[in-house]
Amino acid sequence: MSVIVILLGFSMLVAGGFLAAFLWAVRSGQYTDRHTPSIRMLFDDDLKDRRDTSDHQS
Amino acid sequence: MTESSLEHNSSQQLESAPKSVKFSPLFAIFVQTTQSLYPPAMATSRGETAATDTTVCIHCGDPIRGDGVVEDGRVFCCNGCRAVYNILSRSDACPAPVIRPVSDKRFAYLDEPGVIERLREFSDGTITAVTFSVPQMHCSSCVWLLENLYRFDSGILHSRADFLQKTITLRYAEQKTTLRKVVELLASLGYEPMLTLESLEKNPRRNPDRSLYAKIGIAGFCFGNIMILSFPEYFSGGAVEPALKSLFSYVILALSLPVVFYSSTGYFRSAASGLRRRVVNIDVPIAIGIVILFVRSLVDIVGETGSGYMDSMTGLVFFLLIGRLFQNRTYDSLNFDRTYTSYFPLAVATRRNGSESTVPVTSLHPGDRMIIRNNEIVPADAVLMAGDAAIDYGFVTGESRTVTGVPGDRIHAGGRQQGSAIELEVVKAVSQSYLTQLWNDAAFRTEPQGNLSRLSNAVGKYFTAGIFLVAAGTGAYWFPRDAATAWNAITAVLIVACPCALALATPFAFGTALRVFGKGRLYAKNADVVESMSRIRTVVLDKTGTLTHAGGSGIRFVGDPLSTDERIVVKSLVRNSHHPLSRVIHDSLEREPALPVAGYEELPNAGIAGVVQGMSVRVGSCAFAGRQEWTARTKSSDPESSAADDPARRPPDVEHSDRPHEQRETRSEASQRVYVSFNGRPRGYFSVAGKYREGIAPLVDRLRRTYDVLVLSGDSDRERNALHERFGGDVPLHFNQSPADKLAFVADRQRQGDSVLMVGDGLNDAGALKQADVGIALTDDTTAFSPACDAILDGSRLPWLDKYLSFARSSRTIVLLAYAISVAYNSIGLSFAVRGALSPIVAAILMPVSSITVVAFASLTLRALARKRGLL
Repeated sequence: MSVIVILLGFSMLVAGGFLAAFLWAVRSGQYTDRHTPSIRMLFDDDLKDRRDTSDHQS
Repeated sequence: MTESSLEHNSSQQLESAPKSVKFSPLFAIFVQTTQSLYPPAMATSRGETAATDTTVCIHCGDPIRGDGVVEDGRVFCCNGCRAVYNILSRSDACPAPVIRPVSDKRFAYLDEPGVIERLREFSDGTITAVTFSVPQMHCSSCVWLLENLYRFDSGILHSRADFLQKTITLRYAEQKTTLRKVVELLASLGYEPMLTLESLEKNPRRNPDRSLYAKIGIAGFCFGNIMILSFPEYFSGGAVEPALKSLFSYVILALSLPVVFYSSTGYFRSAASGLRRRVVNIDVPIAIGIVILFVRSLVDIVGETGSGYMDSMTGLVFFLLIGRLFQNRTYDSLNFDRTYTSYFPLAVATRRNGSESTVPVTSLHPGDRMIIRNNEIVPADAVLMAGDAAIDYGFVTGESRTVTGVPGDRIHAGGRQQGSAIELEVVKAVSQSYLTQLWNDAAFRTEPQGNLSRLSNAVGKYFTAGIFLVAAGTGAYWFPRDAATAWNAITAVLIVACPCALALATPFAFGTALRVFGKGRLYAKNADVVESMSRIRTVVLDKTGTLTHAGGSGIRFVGDPLSTDERIVVKSLVRNSHHPLSRVIHDSLEREPALPVAGYEELPNAGIAGVVQGMSVRVGSCAFAGRQEWTARTKSSDPESSAADDPARRPPDVEHSDRPHEQRETRSEASQRVYVSFNGRPRGYFSVAGKYREGIAPLVDRLRRTYDVLVLSGDSDRERNALHERFGGDVPLHFNQSPADKLAFVADRQRQGDSVLMVGDGLNDAGALKQADVGIALTDDTTAFSPACDAILDGSRLPWLDKYLSFARSSRTIVLLAYAISVAYNSIGLSFAVRGALSPIVAAILMPVSSITVVAFASLTLRALARKRGLL
């Protein structure tokens, strides 16, 4: 039955990964402004003089 | 056939103001001082009014309101679209700044270190972060432009817009640019940030519920995993290997720790603060329940006497937190906490020793000379020294009415100068002025009493006493017989009595009501407001701007829009007449110049006629200046033609006889029409809304069946008779009420044990709105200002007020019924608990089932009820 212990460990690891992803999303403000990103995704970013690539981070 | 608005039509302002960049004075009012706040319901209504043949912006495709921006024959809805279009159309070349920032000495005060220090959010000596409110943001181009500010100023490192809150957060390098340059850039792009006194107060709008999401996420994660790990124990009938069982138990224990020590901290804190104030609120039994559940489970797991109740405990916390999330329906774009500082300017031009400089208004002292230009707000009580004052106290009273003044006159803070610049000498500091000293009142200093529902707290008190009684009884029964069972039974009683369902009933019932109200354009601050509404006994109404329309808002021209020349001609004619409707039309054309009129004549009961610049003009009744077939043709396209649709009722026309006062009052219920014809050809008509809002008298009638209704007015009592006529003689009317009087009046009623609902609109009602149990601010367009309040109501829905109040009362009944269900479940649980026979599986089934029943009952019944009453 020791396989259950391994399974338990793995399942916790996977679930914990999703929890961490959720917490990251909350912290990065994805639950704060839920409208502007829907506008922002429509912008083209193929302008030739794009010199600042840093504005995808918050 | 399109409808064109004159500048006073408020709904049109809502649409056009943020888009227009050719700042007319009226647009500039909005641009400078209002925060755009389309609530969800308002935003959807925008599309409906789009007429079929409206031109659309060549860039973003939005319909253009007002004049739009024209360049090289292309029409744009705003400067943002024009700038983006230009950048995109020459994308091969370097996007040379389309607009060069202009240096503007209005912003000179932004160079002062003290001001920068208070405006910025963060600075490390090289990089400064700052957030501005930019109410002009209205389309995707605006967002694009505001997020690409670095193209115009290389000192700006990063900028990020929030579309719903209409804010922009940006970081700039202090070596390369200054705060002033950034603001000047924004201003020249057409996005002048709203810099008010409020901006100096540190960052008032940081969302506190960010941690709530994290708490829910963690509680849900732990709850789910603990459930899965508990299943073997529940369903195997004890066949799990002891080694595995103990492993599972310790993993469960580990998973429960973050729930107890992070997710449920809010309940412990609230219970502690309640006990410190010697109040047993609903969070006390919840906190006790969580602690007992945890300790009992800990003892069981470590002592290997059982598997514990960790699944029940984490489930409880998870459901409670979801209830808390549901309770707080936020309207991103609405702000319920405004004071005068949201409207007063940050700085004002002053003259010292002959030289002019801009200083922050907080450093104004009596004796200072200040210069107030067109459309600027007078920030402090002052005496007029030079210039012609034409002050609009719309912000204060809610009614746009211009008061003129000559040198030597006293000008109160909060008025807005219309016209040329004036020079004033400050008499009182900003915070001591007639209007602003209202905010020194105790009503504004008291801290809000937490967001705990009074109803559940009251029940919670008896509930807590009850369960302690049962627990003590259980202990008294078991201790002499079996000490081990006594410990089992007592903890089980406290566990099962944990008022999970009780605590969920309130947020879900009132939270549902909150959403129902939101659909009906009553935007309440939180679910507690609904509960307060359910216990109201007295309704106090402000008169100006609440019972009556906000000044001039109700005039628009129906027909093909008048050209500027035609407007001048109409204005020249109507300025000769003293009829009230002529005055209204005249005032709505305030920007046009007037010309001499030849052959002016005024025909009683018909209209006025004359020749202006060779054009023969008639303004008046349908028979005089309109034509019947013309009316029939436009009827279908006129949304407000209720009067015309009724064949028994002739469209009200301009009357030039001295009709008795009362008759004019009754007529003013409906909108009136004033027709215009040029050279004998009908051109269209002005639709002038009545002075009083529609449906006011029936509303007061309905309210009076249940509530005490009173009217408070800051005006003199010249309208006493008209109001008596309208509402019947026994509605108490109080006139000449200063802002402080209104506050004191409400406080006095409350001392007599009354629960007061105040409906008001202007800043002069702010004190009463704050003091009242429920303060509802009425607004005709939600972009306009509204003072601090508990709820914001769209002006057109004021006649629904009684519906909302009775729905709030029904919600309360539903909550009480939900309590009864919850108590029934608790009794079942207690019958197990007192026998010491509450197994973890019974608790694990009973708790979620009771919670789900209560939540489903409360929200489904209320939704059905709302649908039945036509609120959904």
